[in-house]
Amino acid sequence: MKDLRSDVREVLRDHARLPEGVENLSDDTDLFQAGMTSHASVNLMLALEDAFDIEFPDSMLKRSVFESVTRIALAVGELQEQAA
Amino acid sequence: MSVMVDRDHKFLTDIRGIAENVAGQHADEVDRDARFPREAVDALRACDALSALIPAEYGGGGVSLEAVARGCYELGRRCSATAMVFAMHQIQVGTIVRHLDGAPWFEEYLAEVARDQRLIASVTSEIGTGGDMARSIAAVTPGDDGLLSLVKQAPTCSYGGHCDDLFTTVRRSPDADGSDQVMVLHRASETDMKPAGTWDTIGMRGTCSPGFVVTASFRSEQILAAPFSTLMNESIVPLSHVLWSHVWLGIATDAFERGRAFVRAAARRKPGEPVPAAHSLSRVMSELTMLKAEVESALADFVAWSEEPGRERLGTMGSVLRFNNLKLAASEQAPRICMAVLEVIGIAAYKNDSPFGVGRHLRDTLSARLMVANERLHTIDAGLLMIAKEI
Repeated sequence: MKDLRSDVREVLRDHARLPEGVENLSDDTDLFQAGMTSHASVNLMLALEDAFDIEFPDSMLKRSVFESVTRIALAVGELQEQAA
Repeated sequence: MSVMVDRDHKFLTDIRGIAENVAGQHADEVDRDARFPREAVDALRACDALSALIPAEYGGGGVSLEAVARGCYELGRRCSATAMVFAMHQIQVGTIVRHLDGAPWFEEYLAEVARDQRLIASVTSEIGTGGDMARSIAAVTPGDDGLLSLVKQAPTCSYGGHCDDLFTTVRRSPDADGSDQVMVLHRASETDMKPAGTWDTIGMRGTCSPGFVVTASFRSEQILAAPFSTLMNESIVPLSHVLWSHVWLGIATDAFERGRAFVRAAARRKPGEPVPAAHSLSRVMSELTMLKAEVESALADFVAWSEEPGRERLGTMGSVLRFNNLKLAASEQAPRICMAVLEVIGIAAYKNDSPFGVGRHLRDTLSARLMVANERLHTIDAGLLMIAKEI
């Protein structure tokens, strides 16, 4: 699977509105604990759908799928593979 | 299975008896004097109803959530305050039972609730958070000799002056982010409740929910370990919305029943003549039927989704929308039904001392849209509906 983490970070930088900035977080930092609000998380999901041309099914729309750079990259990768 | 059905049956027989013979008898006085429905709560204790949701292995009733929800409805038909106190207590108990994870302190605690029929209040809202339950200002603060403490300014705390224990949301530590919360179970005997304000409201007067400055000391075992977002998504929010809406359905149903009693009396007075009020009441009945369908289907979804492995679906945004929509629909529909009955009956429904009075029902159900403000839920839903795929 292609490593999507740096692409995911770009979307995070523009949409997650993290107080610390995404550059200072590790791939496994909990984004919600780092201050991502639920409102920002919805915008992030919309932006990820646009950026990667995917649609998150309802079963993936939950906190655990979006809680870190790694988890988001895995989810995006999984959807891209399904589409391919 | 049949053991469970027997337990549910006995529980509901007890609850119906209490609703009719105790809660209903004192409902007007509880409302008028804004006093705690102590007779009904004592009667609930006497038949072990406060531990209904606790599994039998901890000494509880092992009653199903369906039966407890039905109990909220039955009590709501006779005394809103009793029903809401009962529902709120069951939300606390249910949350602990669903997130026990083998914690010894909480296992022992549940046994104690069953043995002593302890009543649990909750302290969730806080001055300064703008009604956002997902944030706290108060924090778990380490003190001397291993004890922890908290100080929370609660703008309302239902039956805070009448409970045995309290379940309180606070930040995990003094330097934790506002959304990094935990739930602490502390006993009233470990808590100083300094009254801050009154509870002279237009409805739900008997819930006795003034403000308090809550100061408690406790040990680390009294913090429920599950992540707060898990507690909220899997239990607190859907369970609250399901049980509250059963209470509101009960109140609206009794208002409708008063309308029916009124049109029956009118029909008896003039046999054979058409009763225009009955025609209007038929419209109210269809509104009530829709409310009932929404409330019951939400309960069925919650029970089914709770039984799925890992309760996966309760963690999704679709689930947040589902149970927010229940709350929005029920809280707006219930007072609308009471209002419609008021118009069907007319002046006899407007009188407080009439058997057809629905003033209390209307006032009590008006609280529904404020307990977690509907506008806040609409703000959440407005975001989620853009990304969720199925409604």
